[in-house]
Amino acid sequence: MPDTVQLEVFRYRPEEEGEPVFDTFEVPYRDEWMVLDALNHIKDHEDGTLSYRWACRMGVCGSCGMTVNGEPVLTCAAYLEAFLPGPIRVEPLRGFPVIRDLAGDLTDFIEKLERVKPWIIREETKDPSEGEYLQTPGQMAAYRRYSMCINCMLCYAACPIYELEPGFIGPAAIALAQRYNLDSRDDGAEERHEVLSEHEGIWSCTFVGECSAVCPKNVDPAGAIQRYKVDATADFFRSLLTPWRDR
Amino acid sequence: MSPQPRSPAQHVSDPIYPEAANPKYTRHHPRWHRRRIPIFWWLRKWVYTKFILRELTSQPVMYAALLILLHVWIVGRGPEAYETFVEWLRHPLLVALHLFVLGGLLFHTITWLNLAPKALVLRVGERRIPDVLVLAAHYAGWILVSAAIFWLLRGG
Repeated sequence: MPDTVQLEVFRYRPEEEGEPVFDTFEVPYRDEWMVLDALNHIKDHEDGTLSYRWACRMGVCGSCGMTVNGEPVLTCAAYLEAFLPGPIRVEPLRGFPVIRDLAGDLTDFIEKLERVKPWIIREETKDPSEGEYLQTPGQMAAYRRYSMCINCMLCYAACPIYELEPGFIGPAAIALAQRYNLDSRDDGAEERHEVLSEHEGIWSCTFVGECSAVCPKNVDPAGAIQRYKVDATADFFRSLLTPWRDR
Repeated sequence: MSPQPRSPAQHVSDPIYPEAANPKYTRHHPRWHRRRIPIFWWLRKWVYTKFILRELTSQPVMYAALLILLHVWIVGRGPEAYETFVEWLRHPLLVALHLFVLGGLLFHTITWLNLAPKALVLRVGERRIPDVLVLAAHYAGWILVSAAIFWLLRGG
C-alpha cells in the first residue's frame, strides 16, 4: 500500500479566477480513510480555504455528495482504497451550479421537493386523543424503500436528463412523492398527480436508470418513476373508458 | 497588536478579499459556475451510451413497423405486385439494411424487456413477485408470440 495518494481537487474561487482550476494535494494514505477524510486532512493541514459540505460522516445526513473520478458518491462512504493508485479527482456534483470549490447550490432541488408535497395529506384528521393512524407491516412495506431517501442528490448528479432539461422535477422528488402516495395513511395522491403528471414531471424521464445505480440507500427512484408512469397511464385510460367516474 | 491605520486605498478594497484578482467579482453577488454539457456527454459512460443506443434503435423499430404495413398494403394489391416487391427486397443493399435493422430491433427489444421488472411491481398478497419471474414472463411472451407468427407464416 502506498504512503501517500494524490488528490486533484476542483477549485472555484470566484473572487480570484473566473474559471475553475484543479489543485493537486498529496495526502497520507490510510486503509480506513474515506475520500472525505482526505479532504478534511487537506482543510486541516494544507489549505484551510477549501470549501465543501459534510456533517455526519456515516452516510445519513446526505451532505457530502461529490463527484469522485467521474462517479457521484457520498465521500464519507467512499474508501480511498477503491480509487488507488490515484490521482483521485474530486469535483462537485454535476447538474448543480457551483458556489465555491466543491459546494453546489441546491435551491432548485429544495424548491422541487416542496412542489410534490412530501408530507402526509389527510382528508379527515383525527383528534390526537383518538390515537394513532395504524398501519400493518405490509402497508408499511409498500413505501418503506422510498422513505430511506436522505436527499443527498446523487441521483440528480447521475441523471443526464436533469442536466439537459433543468426543469425536470427529478428522481428523488418523485421517489419521495411516491413514498407518500403509497402510504396507506395519505390522501394526497391527486394533489401530487398535478405536479407529477406534467411534462416536467415523470414524462421527462427517459429511464436511463443511473439514479437507482448510484443511490447509496437503494431507494430505486427509477423504479418509482416507471411505476408511476404505469399507474398514470392506467388512470388515463380508466378515465377515458369510464368518464362518469371521478378518476 | 493595535490595528494598522488604513490608507484610503485600502478602505476601498475588499477587507475580506483584498487580493480579489478577478475584476468581475462583486462581493455579496455570488458568481455561480455552471458547467457546460459537452455534446458527447453520452460517451462519458457505457450506461449512458447504452441508453442513447436504446433510444436511437427506436428508429429501426419504427422502420420495421412501417415495412410490415407496406407488406400488408402490397399483399392487398395482388400476387403480382407482391412478387415484384419480394424481388425488390432481395437487393443486396436492402438485405444489408434489413440486417442492420434486425440488429437494432433485437438490441431495443432486449434492453427494453430487461427494464420491465423496474416498472412492473406485482404483489401477491403482501409478497412481491421477484424480478426474475417478471423478466421470464416477458421473454416467454416474446418467444411465444414469435413462434406463433412463425407458425402462421409457415402456413399453419
